[in-house]
Amino acid sequence: MSERPNIVDHNQLFRQDKYVRQREEKRAFEAPCSPEEVTDTLEYTKTKEYKDKNFARTAVVVNPAKACQPLGAVMAALGFEKTLPFIHGSQGCTAYFRSHLARHFKEPVPAVSTSMTEDAAVFGGMRNLIDGIENCIALYQPEMIAVCTTCMAEVIGDDLSAFLANARQEGVLPEDMPVPFANTPSFSGSHITGYDAMLRSVLETLYNKSGRTAQPGHELKLNVLLGFDGYTGNFAEMRRMLGMFGATYTILGDHSSNFDSGATGEYSYYYGGTPLEDVPKAADAAGTLAIQQYSLRKTLGYMKQTWGQQVSSISTPLGIRATDRLLEEISRLSGREIPEALKQERARIVDAMMDSHAYLHGKRVAMAGDPDMLIGLIGFCLELGMEPVHIVCSNGDRKFEKEAELLLKSSPYGAEATVHSGQDLWHMRSLLFQDPVDLAIGSSHLKFAAKEAEIPLLRVGFPIFDRHHLHRYPIIGYQGALNLLTQFVNTILDVMEEQAPDHSFDLVR
Amino acid sequence: MSSIVDKGKQIVEEILEVYPKKAKKDRTKHFEIADEELVNCGTCSIKSNMKSRPGVMTARGCAYAGSKGVVWGPIKDMVHISHGPIGCGQYSWGTRRNYANGILGIDNFTAMQITSNFQEKDIVFGGDKKLEVICREIKEMFPLAKGISVQSECPVGLIGDDIGAVAKKMTEELGIPVIPVRCEGFRGVSQSLGHHIANDAIRDFLMGRRELKECGPYDVSIIGDYNIGGDAWASRILLEEMGLRVIAQWSGDGTINELGIAHKSKLNLIHCHRSMNYMCTTMEQEYGIPWMEYNFFGPTKTMESLRAIAARFDETIQEKCEQVIAQYMPQMEAVIRKYRPRLEGKKVMLLIGGLRARHTIGAYEDLGMEIVATGYEFAHKDDYEKTFPDVKEGTILYDDPTAYELEELAQRLNIDLMGAGVKEKYVYHKMGIPFRQMHSWDYSGPYHGFDGFKIFARDMDMTINSPVWSLLPSRQTAEVPV
Repeated sequence: MSERPNIVDHNQLFRQDKYVRQREEKRAFEAPCSPEEVTDTLEYTKTKEYKDKNFARTAVVVNPAKACQPLGAVMAALGFEKTLPFIHGSQGCTAYFRSHLARHFKEPVPAVSTSMTEDAAVFGGMRNLIDGIENCIALYQPEMIAVCTTCMAEVIGDDLSAFLANARQEGVLPEDMPVPFANTPSFSGSHITGYDAMLRSVLETLYNKSGRTAQPGHELKLNVLLGFDGYTGNFAEMRRMLGMFGATYTILGDHSSNFDSGATGEYSYYYGGTPLEDVPKAADAAGTLAIQQYSLRKTLGYMKQTWGQQVSSISTPLGIRATDRLLEEISRLSGREIPEALKQERARIVDAMMDSHAYLHGKRVAMAGDPDMLIGLIGFCLELGMEPVHIVCSNGDRKFEKEAELLLKSSPYGAEATVHSGQDLWHMRSLLFQDPVDLAIGSSHLKFAAKEAEIPLLRVGFPIFDRHHLHRYPIIGYQGALNLLTQFVNTILDVMEEQAPDHSFDLVR
Repeated sequence: MSSIVDKGKQIVEEILEVYPKKAKKDRTKHFEIADEELVNCGTCSIKSNMKSRPGVMTARGCAYAGSKGVVWGPIKDMVHISHGPIGCGQYSWGTRRNYANGILGIDNFTAMQITSNFQEKDIVFGGDKKLEVICREIKEMFPLAKGISVQSECPVGLIGDDIGAVAKKMTEELGIPVIPVRCEGFRGVSQSLGHHIANDAIRDFLMGRRELKECGPYDVSIIGDYNIGGDAWASRILLEEMGLRVIAQWSGDGTINELGIAHKSKLNLIHCHRSMNYMCTTMEQEYGIPWMEYNFFGPTKTMESLRAIAARFDETIQEKCEQVIAQYMPQMEAVIRKYRPRLEGKKVMLLIGGLRARHTIGAYEDLGMEIVATGYEFAHKDDYEKTFPDVKEGTILYDDPTAYELEELAQRLNIDLMGAGVKEKYVYHKMGIPFRQMHSWDYSGPYHGFDGFKIFARDMDMTINSPVWSLLPSRQTAEVPV
């Protein structure tokens, strides 16, 4: 008898009668709110009165769209060859950073901790740091150890500089091993400032160690920085564009290979990254191009001041105009013409945008994410005739607000927008109910508010936990614009068809 | 001593060779190879619940993860404040899949991140005043919340905030329990102390505080099931079908009321011993409630457990228990008939947090699979003592193994399946070793109970027998199962 087992998982299983009954009967022990109370409260939370209260809160933060500094520091560390992220503090943080990044990239994330506990809280974590360095060198053979701190180490005031000096004195840490370090407490900044702090420290450490003196402009090469970038595809796209220019360049902080390595049957802790010896040489570059600003402030400041670099920084280049600016900057810094092939590519993508614009035009949009990403998204939406309405940036500041507002003012399609920096996704929820929009754009965390507002979420940014491989496709450059366009327009078409009555279930769109 | 035990010892010795002296000496104590004596008597000398070595990749988390992430977070009608800086709450937001019925943000607050978002000034001036404001704002924002828990992150303990005093004051002011939980991440050596701290807070603030109007002879509580992918529901159904009345779920899909009435149970049934044994022993001491462990992974263990539970009640229950088993058995047999031939003899290695490193062994064995190595992130001695009788001679047991140790072992033991967490998952994909995430069931589940076993079997088969693995250069000759 070939009976086939009937296997249903959580999506279907708990809809079965026996489980529906179970759910109802369990309420007898829950002392639950009455269905009326729940319905009334749900409706109340959609009102203006609730929104006003929501925006009046000063202390509690609900569903913020930001993570903490050391997470960014780990990403920055993994941008360099054979570099082991080393987190000084209590060990749970490290488990969280590793999980968080692994969930987004679907890749392993090597990082170690000093595993500080109560005794270290009292006596300091020096012994943990020194023993930890000895252990991690023996096990993982890094060529650079990038140390950042957690809240704990910062609150007790551990002195990394002194501890590392002692580790060298004890002979545990080889004289020639570079150990950049960054103070990255969770109680200031966010993942993007942590990224910045670590990247700056890596550049400074390797530059100082080399004993060289910067001779900016001595080399024809460009320095290219992508910042806290959750898209490995962006690195490949940047390389492709620079290659088309025939430009020579160094990407400072290239985490793409560590977050997009192949399955070969063997695992290595290190899969590439910027070669360490390229960093001091970068001080001689013709110029520096950064495609994020808010996540690179300290780094770019250092490069300007200490290396005397000519620095050009723009926010994430999404869409046609922002890519135009990117190419102009590459052209200016490299002294090379924008290649014909890229101009042709531009024309093809503009053509694609024309083909699809009708489905996007006038769509009202809510968006949340990191500052650089939001500037890019606003620009992209405006050039498609989409209307940004609610912009929430949990880790944005006054400068971001001004820049975003200026950009929005440049187009009639930005007229209705309001920018909410320092706010969270519970604020967004109120905004969506009080002033409904058609679409949401942001990370997976925005899915809860989008679902309640019954609008599709276009997943862009970090973290994307609930869709696969989006990060492998570039969103920058003309090609990236096509990828975003494809994702946006087809999501809208999917929704249209789901909602279409039979007579409007059209074959051709 | 048998050669298989010797071989295991030799493998472990070779692997530990690379460590510096001090670390090697420590790590050696965390391994043991099951021999006949250990399997029979269950005593062990494996060291556990000790500090991880600094500088290694431990799979462990922290006390906050144990308290908020495991025990408190799934209680659905309370708001749990991640009290301190932004990170801890963000990383533990919705990632454990503690399913709960209710409307998110209205009468269910599980998959939310509610934090005090400490800034530098809060570190300098203390966060107690802010915590008061937060509690009031929560009452405003979430009027149906039945309580608030304050889950301390590292800085809160270090700067000496008195969250206990704030909680007391706010309990009175707001008229709902506000419960301080001092689960700062630096406390203890792993999640495990966080479980204990969380349990102590439940004991002090909720246990025994509510009344159950009508008590019955068949009232039981489920303790230590966090309803990952609906596990507790798939367990509860069996207990209910055999005539028991489950009055409380601690804490998956649980409510304050259930935590308050569990002391009215006639018997407490504990699934995750590691995270909630403290509660069972406390209820036993204070209310004289007996308790027993059970294991609902795989039909063999589920049947054993159902019968053992029924044996604590009268013949009515025992008869019904047999009916339940008889009712599900044909389905279980069909599942095994389908999948066992595809999984027979496959070698499995596990690293999981609490109960599953031993509880799932029976489920794998039901499918003809063999556990060659298993161990825990944060177990205690009693967990290992319970594990030895469930393994075969030669099985390698490890405590708090490092990523390096696991990777080496997996290769030397030539395993067919690794079961661990998301941090480990993608490492094994690179190595071409089939992997299941055994903390959150790899977004599948439930795995508990008879309904769960079907999904478990399907998932193990699809993992091990995926033709994807044969695409690796080293495996191209491998036969593709149909």
